[in-house]
Amino acid sequence: MRGLTGFVGALLEAWQEVRVHRTRVLLSLIGVAVAVCSLTTVVALGAIVQQANQELSERQGGRPATLYVSAFRLNGTIDPADMDAAWSKTLERYDIAYASRVQNTVQLVPFATGSVQVGTQAVDQPFGEMHRVRLVEGSWFSPTDEQQLAPRLIVNEVFWDRMGRPPLESHPVVALGGEGVPGAASGIPAGGTLAVIVGVTPASTWETEPTMIMLARHAEAMQKAATGERGSAAAAADPYGGGGAPQSQYEMWVPPELADALTAAVTRDLQGALGEGTEVNVSRQDWAQYGDDPFLVTKLVVIGIAVLVLLLGALGLVNIALVTVKQRVREIGIRRSFGATAGRVFFAVMMESVVATVVAGALGVVAAILIVQSPAMRDLVGQGMVSDFPPFPVDAAITGLIAATAVGALAGLLPALVAVRVKVIDAIRY
Amino acid sequence: MSLLQLEDVTRTVIPPDQPALTILSGVNLTIEPGDHVSIVGRSGSGKSTLLNLLGLLDLPTSGVISFDDRPVKSYSGARRDRLRGASIGFVFQQFNLLAGRTALENVTMPLLYSSGRTFWRRKKIAAEMLELVGLGHRMTSMPDRLSGGEQQRVAIARSLVRGPRLILADEPTGALDLDTGQSVMELIDDVAERTGAAQVVITHDPMIARRARRHFRLDRGILTPVDDPAFEPLTRREMREMAPTEPSTDVTAEGGDRDVLELFGVPTDDTGSGATARADAEGEAASEAEGDAPADEAATTDRKDA
Repeated sequence: MRGLTGFVGALLEAWQEVRVHRTRVLLSLIGVAVAVCSLTTVVALGAIVQQANQELSERQGGRPATLYVSAFRLNGTIDPADMDAAWSKTLERYDIAYASRVQNTVQLVPFATGSVQVGTQAVDQPFGEMHRVRLVEGSWFSPTDEQQLAPRLIVNEVFWDRMGRPPLESHPVVALGGEGVPGAASGIPAGGTLAVIVGVTPASTWETEPTMIMLARHAEAMQKAATGERGSAAAAADPYGGGGAPQSQYEMWVPPELADALTAAVTRDLQGALGEGTEVNVSRQDWAQYGDDPFLVTKLVVIGIAVLVLLLGALGLVNIALVTVKQRVREIGIRRSFGATAGRVFFAVMMESVVATVVAGALGVVAAILIVQSPAMRDLVGQGMVSDFPPFPVDAAITGLIAATAVGALAGLLPALVAVRVKVIDAIRY
Repeated sequence: MSLLQLEDVTRTVIPPDQPALTILSGVNLTIEPGDHVSIVGRSGSGKSTLLNLLGLLDLPTSGVISFDDRPVKSYSGARRDRLRGASIGFVFQQFNLLAGRTALENVTMPLLYSSGRTFWRRKKIAAEMLELVGLGHRMTSMPDRLSGGEQQRVAIARSLVRGPRLILADEPTGALDLDTGQSVMELIDDVAERTGAAQVVITHDPMIARRARRHFRLDRGILTPVDDPAFEPLTRREMREMAPTEPSTDVTAEGGDRDVLELFGVPTDDTGSGATARADAEGEAASEAEGDAPADEAATTDRKDA
């Protein structure tokens, strides 16, 4: 019971002190509030920067864990149909929902200014989710798009600009394939097809060439049509000029904890399915494959800055608190004479500091949330590269509050030690 | 059984780079419950040091100080602090009210160091105490808005709010004019008499000293009883004659006498809430000394006797 009343009493004393000296407290706490706000903001922005880096990495190498699969024969080639069949069987066996073939080709595309060889990526529908493909217009391929007879296209902004940025609601089309393309801007060339643009990806400032993404199934159909009875030439060509049909790469997004087991299993299964003499290579290329935290340096820099900011705030508080306690010697003496134990005086002086800094810390955290969540700040930090903005990190808010409490306790420690050394009667009489 | 006893108490300090300095030497003093003692002495005679020791704020270099016949050295520092809070009330020359706090908050302050019901009912008890000293209408006033006499009455209310058994008054009228000083002393005497609290008054003023029943002089650290006729205790008649002529006096602004009786549990026609405050104070004194059986029993007995 005495412990409870002691604690409540100390809190009341602390609160009274804060209330009585509100101007001084307010001034000293502005520094703490700014420091905590900075700390929390820096930690939160650090999380956003990390997310931006992570998303950038995931756009390149896929999300953790993405397994890249390739197969080759030392003597001869693997029939793409056999490879696709073995791939499908493997996905089915392990119930892998996120997997995609990736085929890089070039296709001749007619624009108003002339036909251009456009870099094309043929992928499966899950690719968009696996690589966090971000769109500025339209939407990613839907699972039913594969059933459409007219291929769907997602083009980059350069491509879209060259078309005159037509609204996607008008279902703009572009003629693909066929040798007649250069001379047939107004019609469908022999062996070619009309593709509908359903989405637009943002182009980086350094991107000057048009690119597009289409579904692998459509690319495959176009290839067959172009090289079949009705066609006269390959619809797509190997961008490296290797001749023949372009080679596919295969990738799958699997739970990181299963990645190693699946690597071995997929290698074994594909080797078995494709026959002897086949070399199958399964490897990870996502950012999380490295054992060390790739964002460690970013984190350390952020934490270093935050700690410096906080120390500066704490220094100001300690300074003011020390001066204040020296001015309060008489008051402390009076309290001691009326039964305040040394421990109680120590705790009360400490609590004054803690109560004040916790209030300031809470205000600092609120300010940090407002800053970090503001659209202007998000644009500034994300630089248009973050699609999944993380919510305000709870750990940043908790870090801010803990830091405020710790600063309060540290800043209160010295004054509290001074306070318990006060000689009571001397303090009262003189 | 004595309330506070000093036996052959010596206090020595060692200033830096200087030989030891004896502040008090061979002090013997016994304070009985309900006692009234005055101590006079010049500046530098050791009054502060003696006050430290009497108030359990310091320990002697040699000799024994006993509270309720138990050596205070046997108490831990925190227990000594709690005993002081529950059993000793200080009245200072400069009032020493806490700036920026209202009169009510100042009187509530000692109760922040109590426990149990007294702690949770501290505002009510403090308000009753202020009513008792005739300042019920100034509860929300800041110290700098109160006159010297009012400030000292707030200080007295604060020192008495936990029902102390020993009141240590250090030049209580030093900062007051003659009339106000007399009324303040009337108040202290009155409350001490009704509650059975012992008083030790340290003063320069022989007239204030004469109000006590026993007198001591402190000179160069040596405490001696005073037989000088100038220090003969005042008779009741003299005290009445010295009382301020203003009928309202600082003591009883609004029928304060009756409140005094109620607050300190003396039977009256109307038993008000004041009696509860006294009961709380008793209960707390008992709980303060938990684990110190001899001291506890003595404390409880003394208070009941009072």
